[in-house]
Amino acid sequence: MIAELSKFKGFTVKNLPKDEPFAPGHRACQGCGEVLALRLAMKALGRDVIVASATGCMEIISSPFPHTSWRVPWIHIAFENAAAVASGVEAALKVLKRHKRFPKNKRVSVVAMAGDGGTADIGLQALSGALERGHDFLYICLDNEAYMNTGVQRSSATPYGAMTTTSPPGAKSFGQMTWKKNLPAIAVAHNIPYVATASPAFFLDLMNKVKKASLIKGPAYIHIFSPCPTGWGCKGEDSIKLARLAVDTKIFPLYEVIEGKYYITRKVVRPKPVEEYLKLQRRFRHLTPEHIEEIQRRVDAEYEKLLKLAEL
Amino acid sequence: MGKRVAMEVSIAIAEAVKLARAEVIAAYPITPQTHIVEHLSELVANGELDAEYVTVESEHSAISCCLGSVATGARTFTSTSSQGLALMHEILFIASALRLPVVMVVANRALSAPISIWNDHSDIMAQRDIGWIQTFAENGQEAVDLVLHAFRVAEDRNVMFPMIVNIDGFTLSHVIEPIVLPDQEDVDAFLPPFRPKYKLDPRKPISIGAVGVPEIYFEAKKAQDEAFKNSRRVILRAWKDFATRFGREYHPVETYRMEDAEVGLLIMGSLAETAMTAVDKMREEGKKVGLIRLRLWRPFPTKEFRKAVSGLPVLAVIDRALTPGASGGPVGTEVRSVLYHCARRPRVVNFVAGLGGRDVTVEDFEEMADRAFFYKKKRPKEAYELIGVRES
Repeated sequence: MIAELSKFKGFTVKNLPKDEPFAPGHRACQGCGEVLALRLAMKALGRDVIVASATGCMEIISSPFPHTSWRVPWIHIAFENAAAVASGVEAALKVLKRHKRFPKNKRVSVVAMAGDGGTADIGLQALSGALERGHDFLYICLDNEAYMNTGVQRSSATPYGAMTTTSPPGAKSFGQMTWKKNLPAIAVAHNIPYVATASPAFFLDLMNKVKKASLIKGPAYIHIFSPCPTGWGCKGEDSIKLARLAVDTKIFPLYEVIEGKYYITRKVVRPKPVEEYLKLQRRFRHLTPEHIEEIQRRVDAEYEKLLKLAEL
Repeated sequence: MGKRVAMEVSIAIAEAVKLARAEVIAAYPITPQTHIVEHLSELVANGELDAEYVTVESEHSAISCCLGSVATGARTFTSTSSQGLALMHEILFIASALRLPVVMVVANRALSAPISIWNDHSDIMAQRDIGWIQTFAENGQEAVDLVLHAFRVAEDRNVMFPMIVNIDGFTLSHVIEPIVLPDQEDVDAFLPPFRPKYKLDPRKPISIGAVGVPEIYFEAKKAQDEAFKNSRRVILRAWKDFATRFGREYHPVETYRMEDAEVGLLIMGSLAETAMTAVDKMREEGKKVGLIRLRLWRPFPTKEFRKAVSGLPVLAVIDRALTPGASGGPVGTEVRSVLYHCARRPRVVNFVAGLGGRDVTVEDFEEMADRAFFYKKKRPKEAYELIGVRES
């Protein structure tokens, strides 16, 4: 077990921090699952952090000058480089501590965050570089499965069959025609100490994973499922329901990979059919029963693969 | 007062960065910048420079990493060339607008295509509008001195702009020259530690890089522009202080044998040394030719430049970059614009020379001067002429 976690007790409903490092009053849409995930993550991290955000929904809604939701030091440079900016922050803290220009024993978590576009697509290279170099930082991908900030265009994390403005269904298309890129597996392939998936529907699990990731020395990656009512065409009040259904249908399983070893953190014993999840969202409305069957088969197969990894 | 040693200019630049006590270096190797970053890696590996060297996976990440580092309060250096600089392009604007004073040495190299590792100024001339203070070194000593000057100016609280020191790839970066490396205590006295007023620190949180809505964006850019123009005071003051401490004088615009000149050659970078030889030769032949060197390129030293050309009949501007379809080379168009409102202004003749490592010889300078003399009486037909290129 990782030494940094030996004293970690974990959050329960009884010891949740009251402090909100990410302040309310921001401009997120009603029912945004992403900003909820962000708020929970920041609650778990506390104030001794420096955050580097990529361009995207969370950056735009949190920082319209002269307002800011960030009660912690925060920097936004561009879309594709959150991991590189965080690398610089981490390097600077290290050297400033050596040069006695920053308190030596003050532990500051360096956190980079981006959406699925900033992570899976345009920012993948910077992320890979930062993970490979072994910076002591946490990367959080807030995955709402498309480029929502620019008006719902597909990303490589958009699920199979989903309608977006650049994967519209038509005579020759049924929406997104590729399967979602497996980003956590890419992170795992960098042999970093900690990788996890999380969902705002399981908020204690999410907060504990974020906290653990921040305590572990070296790079950590957390992929958070973030329902987007605006982009998915679902009701705002169904955000949490969908976040839960994605886990219960095995579409978005919750797990941790600690030093290369997979642990399923929420076993799905009686899985619900994927249709229950798909039917609540307009982006899947055009799918035929055959498509849904195909998705079900793929989801089952992927989950089996994950179970096998956890048995290793 | 420092020791004079023979040294490759790239190595000397790395030594200057060490003397400046840079704390974070993030760079991606590209020819002809490589010797600078290789030597810095060595200095860090040997413990001679107590810095973090971040081996980023691209120039885009190099400059991004630098911005993260300088925003956290560490003295930060990077270096690149050509395609690398072009890849940084997007972030360079953000560096200046967010007032993050990174210092960068650019070993100037041609831009692709055709791919070329050799020297010209097309890389840096594509970066005229990025809002970085930019200087050009003519020799190794200048490169060393301008690097120290750059840290001092960039990090000044009244400036807080990133800065580029340009050195010609190969013709300067790879030559061995006698160079005086100043003593550490003298550099320390000239260059105080980096103490930014605002930085990323959990004890005093700030937000950097907020959204500029239409109600504020324009004002933010105006403030940036004003601060940038005001940086010239600090640039000059730092050069003055440098001269007092180290005995070497620097000015935004420097002239050579310009008294009574009828033709002035204007050039930037290391070719000025060849140009000086050509000027000497032509002077001996009785031709009244002089030389003007722009050491400061941004902010453009309008006042000093106008003074340098006052009373001059013909100014021959030698560009090291081609701007297809434009009304001149980048320096040519700039200079014409600067002179437009002057009642008595020289006729400006624009040449483009030395692209992609093509030699510019003493004879080429003579040819340009001769053509400039010819244009004293006759207006040139073309906006610019190419020198040293084969006809077919």
